[in-house]
Amino acid sequence: MSGIHDFTLASARDALKARKISAVELTNAHIDAIERLDGQLNSFITRTPDQAREAAKAADETLAKGEGGSLCGIPLGIKDLFCTNGVRTTAASKILGNFVPPYESTVTANLLRDGAVFLGKLNLDEFAMGSANLTSAFGPVENPWKRKDSDAKLVPGGSSGGSAAAVAAGLVLGATGTDTGGSIRQPAAFTGIAGIKPTYGRCSRFGTIAFASSLDQAGPMARNLQDCAILLESMAGFDPRDSTSVDTPIPHYESALKRGVKGLRVGIPKEYHVEGIPAEIEALWQQGMAWLRDAGAEIVEVSLPHTKYGLPTYYIAALAEASSNLARYDGVRFGERVGAPTLDGLYEASRAAGFGEEVKRRILIGTHVLSSGYYDAYYLRAQKVRTLIQQDFLKAFENVDVLLTPTAPSGAFAQDEKPTDPVQMYLNDIFTVPASMAGVPALSVPAGLDARGVPLGLQLIGRFFDEETLIAAGHAIEQAAAFHHRPTIHAGVSA
Amino acid sequence: MSLDAKTVTRIARLARIGLQPEEVETLGQDMSSIINWVEQLKEVDVTGVDPMIGTGLAKPRLREDRVTDGNCRDKVLSNAPEREGPFYTVPKVVE
Repeated sequence: MSGIHDFTLASARDALKARKISAVELTNAHIDAIERLDGQLNSFITRTPDQAREAAKAADETLAKGEGGSLCGIPLGIKDLFCTNGVRTTAASKILGNFVPPYESTVTANLLRDGAVFLGKLNLDEFAMGSANLTSAFGPVENPWKRKDSDAKLVPGGSSGGSAAAVAAGLVLGATGTDTGGSIRQPAAFTGIAGIKPTYGRCSRFGTIAFASSLDQAGPMARNLQDCAILLESMAGFDPRDSTSVDTPIPHYESALKRGVKGLRVGIPKEYHVEGIPAEIEALWQQGMAWLRDAGAEIVEVSLPHTKYGLPTYYIAALAEASSNLARYDGVRFGERVGAPTLDGLYEASRAAGFGEEVKRRILIGTHVLSSGYYDAYYLRAQKVRTLIQQDFLKAFENVDVLLTPTAPSGAFAQDEKPTDPVQMYLNDIFTVPASMAGVPALSVPAGLDARGVPLGLQLIGRFFDEETLIAAGHAIEQAAAFHHRPTIHAGVSA
Repeated sequence: MSLDAKTVTRIARLARIGLQPEEVETLGQDMSSIINWVEQLKEVDVTGVDPMIGTGLAKPRLREDRVTDGNCRDKVLSNAPEREGPFYTVPKVVE
């Protein structure tokens, strides 16, 4: 039977406009689902049910007048990396455990302008540093999916793990994510949902807590690409308060869904056939090529020769930027303070107590690669290799319109299967990092289940500001894959 | 290259992160393993290649020279862990 938890964002929008359902009903149903399921999933750090009910009431009044923006009355979750005026924003770190921003990030302000209802702030890896949502100071997030014959708790991916889990479990109709090296795409793949990392500069970074400023990009996460398209149109746009924001018109992304892929040239980067990836990932990739070919696209092999250097380059560039960005958390102007007799002692004690292990590790490596005597050997060299990685993509796009690859080298793994070697953990992002380095847009769509019954995603990478072609090609995959599976833990399943 | 305890301590000092002796050891091992892994970038020929600072998509822009924000002292101070009136407080730094 079709119930309130079967809505997609798009179908809920249409039902709200047609007054077949009220925003208050819709919001209450989601608040109820959060109360029922999130004790287990832990996808929210802060819930804001009272504010959500108020916003829903206001949305109903607007809708009753036949007015309202594209998201009027739609319940969303916000990754707790976006500053929200008067609502605690933690970055999943102890050091910001009590931080209440006196201002609103541009992305969330855009969503509010269009009438969205915020249900709360979603869990993530601390300062968005992680690929499994295991580094949050507020505890790990559980993936609502289970393996077929096991009750093991799976990770939702990261860093936008709370966003992914909440969308997949039906706790929200959509969520914001941020992606620095794969933090939207990999969790989307791990939880069987869609996610878009737009072109760098498409969404403003103002008010989004910074990890690596030259890579961080906000984007939508939702059940399908139509929902993502609606969210992206609202989130995107020029912002004078972000010097890297690009002033270019915002397309009506939703119209791109129906474009089809006839005549589209789809590149298959041969370097992405890496050793050791499971046969079923390779098989799914082949299936993706077949789907696009059947829909009228032409499949072309391309070469991105510097692919293998993407991850090491990323871990120098991103960590260097992180060490600089996180210098501001010093216990003086905001955040947790641990007292000491000297100022340096206060800094050291506050940062020792406030940061988790992974964040410390990354700040220290970033500090090392920027330090005197190592700057040229590591940081400057990485920036040069980054140029080569970007050139690989630009060259490929002279010949093809999009690239198709797997999103991640595996499906979701169990919380207790976390690799102990940090480098092994970093390999999760092997397919997503290169597009981040180049600044080009990319998305992930669910494409199938692995042998153990957990979802797998396919990634599409496109030209600068050509999210529309990505959405068109992604939708062709969605239609062919007909992915309608649901996770074990879902709002629509009664306990 | 392996980072010894002295180096890790020096880096931690630069980053103003206080470390316990046992952390110096475990973080040193992890950091060494990551640094050794990124060493592979040495094999890339970067002769004549410019460093990529950003994506280059946004162009530097000029704006009218006028105040567009401000007059929000209390908001700025609202998250201060310790303050005295309109000031942040810190341990004494000048004798």
